[in-house]
Amino acid sequence: MCGIVGLYLKNPKLHAKLGQMFTPMLVAMTSRGPDSAGVAIYRSKVKRGLIKLSLAHDDSKFSWKAVDAGLEKAFNCDAKIKVIGNHALLVTDAGESQVAQWLETHHPQVRIVGSGQAIEIFKEVGLPIDVAKKFKLEEAKGTHAIGHTRMATESAVTTAGSHPFATGADLCLVHNGSLSNHNRLREELKRQGLRFKTENDTEVAAAYFTWQLRQGKSLKEALMAGVKDLDGFYTFCVGTADGFAVVRDPIACKHAVLAETDDWVAMSTEYRAIAHLPGADKARIWEPAPQTIYSWGKA
Amino acid sequence: MIEFDLDKDGVSALNQRLHSLPKDTNERSWRVKNPMGQHAIACGLTLPLIIEIEGHVGFYCGGMNKEADIIINGHAGPGVAENMMSGSVRVRGNASQSAGATGNGGLLVIEGDASSRCGISMKGIDIVVGGSVGHMSAFMAQRGNLVVCGDAGEALGDSIYEARLYVRGKVESLGADCIEKEMGDEHRKELGLLLERAAFKARPEDFRRYGSARKLYNFNVDHADQY
Repeated sequence: MCGIVGLYLKNPKLHAKLGQMFTPMLVAMTSRGPDSAGVAIYRSKVKRGLIKLSLAHDDSKFSWKAVDAGLEKAFNCDAKIKVIGNHALLVTDAGESQVAQWLETHHPQVRIVGSGQAIEIFKEVGLPIDVAKKFKLEEAKGTHAIGHTRMATESAVTTAGSHPFATGADLCLVHNGSLSNHNRLREELKRQGLRFKTENDTEVAAAYFTWQLRQGKSLKEALMAGVKDLDGFYTFCVGTADGFAVVRDPIACKHAVLAETDDWVAMSTEYRAIAHLPGADKARIWEPAPQTIYSWGKA
Repeated sequence: MIEFDLDKDGVSALNQRLHSLPKDTNERSWRVKNPMGQHAIACGLTLPLIIEIEGHVGFYCGGMNKEADIIINGHAGPGVAENMMSGSVRVRGNASQSAGATGNGGLLVIEGDASSRCGISMKGIDIVVGGSVGHMSAFMAQRGNLVVCGDAGEALGDSIYEARLYVRGKVESLGADCIEKEMGDEHRKELGLLLERAAFKARPEDFRRYGSARKLYNFNVDHADQY
């Protein structure tokens, strides 16, 4: 099972309503994925030279101040932390790899779940409605968001195994389906220097795309390479700095529907999640074809 | 005309009410509002009712239909009119995958495009699509007609038995044991009637016919040693 949803607002007047429009989409997919939920929201882009990291810790009482102060001391940098639920957004002018190394040494329980200039990733076990409330999803303003509701089949129900998975700066992946060659591919990617935190198949797909992009491929090239190298069933939705992209496996095994109006583009596993959007009754609605990349924004 | 608001009373209440109508009911004509992509709307009907649904439906709408005429004024999700026995289902928009799957009879009309696996394992249903169909349409089709006014995707009619496939546009590829066949007068006549029932203006002479080479499912004595 699993449900995935994506919403891209073409009309800037709607940016203030992103959370209001998107939250019911995620909640509508509860029956497809009650185990955990996660979202990537694109908002409040930081200035050049700064980076925004989404951090997570399993202990909701964890003192994030220690991270803030520790980083400033270690690198003589500027670091601001905003706590949301058991996640925190860190905005800093320190380098990402420096920060990652420092966190691993000093706070190994802190996970970096997303990084970039606009992206913010929040994910947690539990019902989608509870996850949405925890991270105040309804209040979110921004350009686009993608989300996932998980019914775990391939690996354990944990926060780390929840989607979205980061695949590079301002990039993330949600997946409906299951991959059959992820164990072999994980070993190959490890040899290429990629690191894994879970046994999850989607984490392997995310690492695969990260690796392809690092080789200098465009997102479209990376996705088409994935169609060749990833074996299994999948509908992927990839969030990018400017929009999102959708691609399905060659036999289009997993459900997907796209809807578009002059104001927005939405994708979902089921149309139910889109039906409430303003103007959905008049939207152009179709099922995306297999191994074809659909993208919006500058994705 | 009876109006039923799904937002107020839900799909189960609608289906139960339609299932409990007596054979001689006067409540024959229904308008269903606010479908909101919900699943299994107007499934398992057994009477000659007319059901018009105002909007987009989710999975399996009109499944197992017998005798009723169902009109969907919007998009239909996966498995529309699956295993239909008789009657008709008309989709004004596009349809998702597996439209008319395993249908035994009746007429399914899709005015827009159908997606992959349209008419998979069809067993006597007639399906007329105004637009194109996706890959693996009419997979293992056994009986009935699939008419496509647009194009057909990869592997059309793979492992087909005795269904007839008519395509006006291009066929990306034919599946195993599916071949192009001659268009005879009887085929043009049959196709003309199907287009007329679907109220499409296409001309039968613009279509090509495809069907089974009958090599896959017939026992061939030359292959006896291989069994």
